Amino acid sequence: MDYTEISPDKSTSESNNIWFKRRDFIKLTGGSLAGLLIFFRAGPFSLLATPADVKRSLPTDYNAFLKIDEDGTVSCFTGKIEMGQGVITSLAQMLADELDVSFNKVKMVMGDTDLCPYDAGTWGSLSIRVFGPAMLAAAAEARGVLLSLAAEKCGSTADKLTVKDGVISISGTNEPLVSYGELAKGRRIEKFLDTVSKPKDYAEYKIMGSSMLRTDAVSKVKGEALFAGDYRIPGMLYAKILRPPSHGATLISADVTAAKAIPGVIVIEDKQLIAILHNDPEIAEKALRLIKAEYTISEKQVDDKSIYDYLLNSGAEAKVVNEKGDLTTGKSASKTVFEKTYYNSYVAHSAIETHTAIAYQDEDKLVVIVSTQSPFGVQDMICRELGLALEKVRIITPFVGGAFGGKAPAQQALEAAQLARISGKPVMVNWTREEEFFYDTFRPAAVVKLNSGIDAQSNISLWDYNVYYAGSRGSDTVYEVPDQRTTSYAARNVHPFGTGAWRAPGNSTNTFARESQIDIMAAASGIDPFEFRLKNLKDERMIGVLKAVAGLFGWTRAKSPSGRGYGIACGIDAGSYVAHMAEVKVDNKTGHVEVVRVACAQDMGFCVNPHGSKMQMEGCIMMGLGYTLTEEIAFTGSNIKTSNYGTYQIPLFSWQPKMETLILEKKEAMQGGGEPAIICMGGVIANAIFDATGARLFQLPMTPERILAAISKG
Amino acid sequence: MEKIIHFELNGKKVQIQVEKDQSLLWTLRTHFGLTGTKYGCGLGYCGACTVLMDNEAVRSCNILMPDVDGKKIITIEGITSDNALHPLQQAFVDHDALQCGYCTPGMIINAYGLLLKNPTPTHHQIIESMNDNYCRCGAHPHIVDAIKSAAKVMKE
Ligand code: FES
Ligand code: FES
Repeated sequence: MDYTEISPDKSTSESNNIWFKRRDFIKLTGGSLAGLLIFFRAGPFSLLATPADVKRSLPTDYNAFLKIDEDGTVSCFTGKIEMGQGVITSLAQMLADELDVSFNKVKMVMGDTDLCPYDAGTWGSLSIRVFGPAMLAAAAEARGVLLSLAAEKCGSTADKLTVKDGVISISGTNEPLVSYGELAKGRRIEKFLDTVSKPKDYAEYKIMGSSMLRTDAVSKVKGEALFAGDYRIPGMLYAKILRPPSHGATLISADVTAAKAIPGVIVIEDKQLIAILHNDPEIAEKALRLIKAEYTISEKQVDDKSIYDYLLNSGAEAKVVNEKGDLTTGKSASKTVFEKTYYNSYVAHSAIETHTAIAYQDEDKLVVIVSTQSPFGVQDMICRELGLALEKVRIITPFVGGAFGGKAPAQQALEAAQLARISGKPVMVNWTREEEFFYDTFRPAAVVKLNSGIDAQSNISLWDYNVYYAGSRGSDTVYEVPDQRTTSYAARNVHPFGTGAWRAPGNSTNTFARESQIDIMAAASGIDPFEFRLKNLKDERMIGVLKAVAGLFGWTRAKSPSGRGYGIACGIDAGSYVAHMAEVKVDNKTGHVEVVRVACAQDMGFCVNPHGSKMQMEGCIMMGLGYTLTEEIAFTGSNIKTSNYGTYQIPLFSWQPKMETLILEKKEAMQGGGEPAIICMGGVIANAIFDATGARLFQLPMTPERILAAISKG
Repeated sequence: MEKIIHFELNGKKVQIQVEKDQSLLWTLRTHFGLTGTKYGCGLGYCGACTVLMDNEAVRSCNILMPDVDGKKIITIEGITSDNALHPLQQAFVDHDALQCGYCTPGMIINAYGLLLKNPTPTHHQIIESMNDNYCRCGAHPHIVDAIKSAAKVMKE
């Protein structure tokens, strides 16, 4: 075997710089130094790439490792984080299965920059589909190492041994030979994987593929699970920060005299950063309100109505995403051409936990406990902004109370770090809901201009797709079109405030436009929209999910608008295929939509935790109803008028449709599960509203006002 | 303008000196270290801060401390006296009625308030009384199922 055995107190290769760093790093992991350690790399090197301006001193050539302890506990150290999506459970399932240990012996250690190797961040549904296979390979390798150690011990060969629940025995006998824990005892073995060991076949897995309840549920129902705001550091002060009235405003002066008069208040004034510190957050808040501040305001001349023209006229750069055939040929082949424009507004992430961070000095280290999707990104930012060395900053990510892309940026962590450095005290920054709406990086407002055509046989003959500012994810058409082009337009610094990745970034916008357009063409052809899709598709996986959802929903064919209020939409995201069908009731007088039921079929390759994945699908359906029906940021210039839930309605219990979900059984590569099922929600409801009323909606959210306007247009 | 008030917190008598505009939410979180009660909006919209006051589910961000004088407050940390899970907590675990879990304490306490008033709620009564507790992760159907099964267990 080509593993390296090291006696705990004498390192063999300290001359090698990288090895030295690894050794140094392992010391930090705490606990017993003995054990078996398997280092592995998840995904291509590009995913490991650290920002060029930051030189990480910890090893960056491996981005996760497994540790098998003397008591048989298997820990996986990873920079991924748990934010409700359930990887704390599904990754543990994978590890247990591949290593043949029981599920409760696996521990996930996540998101701590001192304990875990570098990881860019938890987003893009990468945890299972990219990180997962690498982790399985590492577990396979660990299993191999342990088996050969056992073989040595009993004078046999590894292929004659089997493992169950972490105990090795000779195949065919039930007599336990030795356990993983015993093998790890008193020795230290390190293995750095460069080749990929072959994990088991999907068919062999037993824990993977079976439904598991969340491992963090008990602590969460007891209110014991700690989110960033729940930590109490001795001497900690709460910070309330002076905020500008609009984005881009510059502070000219601030009179803090009245605030300072409140007992116990510490006022921090550092250029544009003015903050009140107090051990009572409400007193800090009161003091903050006493500050009289003046700003110069630079407002963009745009609001939530004019934003679409503004975006279209902002000199965006075009990038062709995909091109096939020739659009002129497509046009002449078309019997009917449909030229339509689709819009969607800015949408907030709105996790119930607001952005929160605590920063404090622990000896020579600045420790920051923060709700973030990217602990290492936060570490880089703080080091860069405060001029600190990486090893002087430790980021700890506790449970995150929902994120959806919104906690990739973590400005609050920098704020807490700055205030802790200046004041010399532990400081908590816990954004109010108002700050959350102000600094959220919204899903961008976007426009899609779509020009498509059908020939005499109702085959799609032309597809000229132009998306402005949503991004290109999901913009490709899955339908068979000989002459097509997809172009994505974008420019920097166009939006009047922050925008960013929002669950399945871009794809909800693109799927809404594409699936509405398909429906329009189906209706014009006089063909049932399900049949029209099948007729224009060759992709087997897409046909598979469509047929599956039709069975689940009980779709019967009819030309739309049928008056039944049935809608259909499908799409691809994070490698998974989804198809939705929905039934709605529309009140023609009020424009109110009741979503009666939604069915969703998903092909996500091999599914690790069907129960957890179905919950993600339901979560996507529920959350998706918000951007579909109500959620929209109101603003004038850079002044965001939406400040709390009174003017921003997220989905409620009473909206809950009857939901049916189905995951296709596949023994193929694992794909993403946290985002795909949200992408169809705009399209499936728009198409259902059309089927109910004959009115076509081109803008999200489809508010009662917009629905009434569409109905009266006829 | 400070005032001393007395109340019962999770079964224990407590007294505390308070400002007249001090909220129950932040008093619980900072003075008593009961961080299971969460902040979500501070204006009574989301329900993350729900606690029981004299067996009635209330939003602690909207309650001022002087009004707590003489009252009985129960938070998520106090819904069982022993270490065992309350039937509602157990049902939330069994039904996987959470994702990120941030809304969960508020959900459980609000449901508890409902079941104390109405031990056999219908589906619609559950929806109605839970409606203003927000869950961004979309755990709604599991939460409803959990409440239904807890109601059955608690009746027995
Ligand atoms: S924090 Fe009290 S209702 Fe939202
Ligand atoms: S579980 Fe995340 S908000 Fe409800």
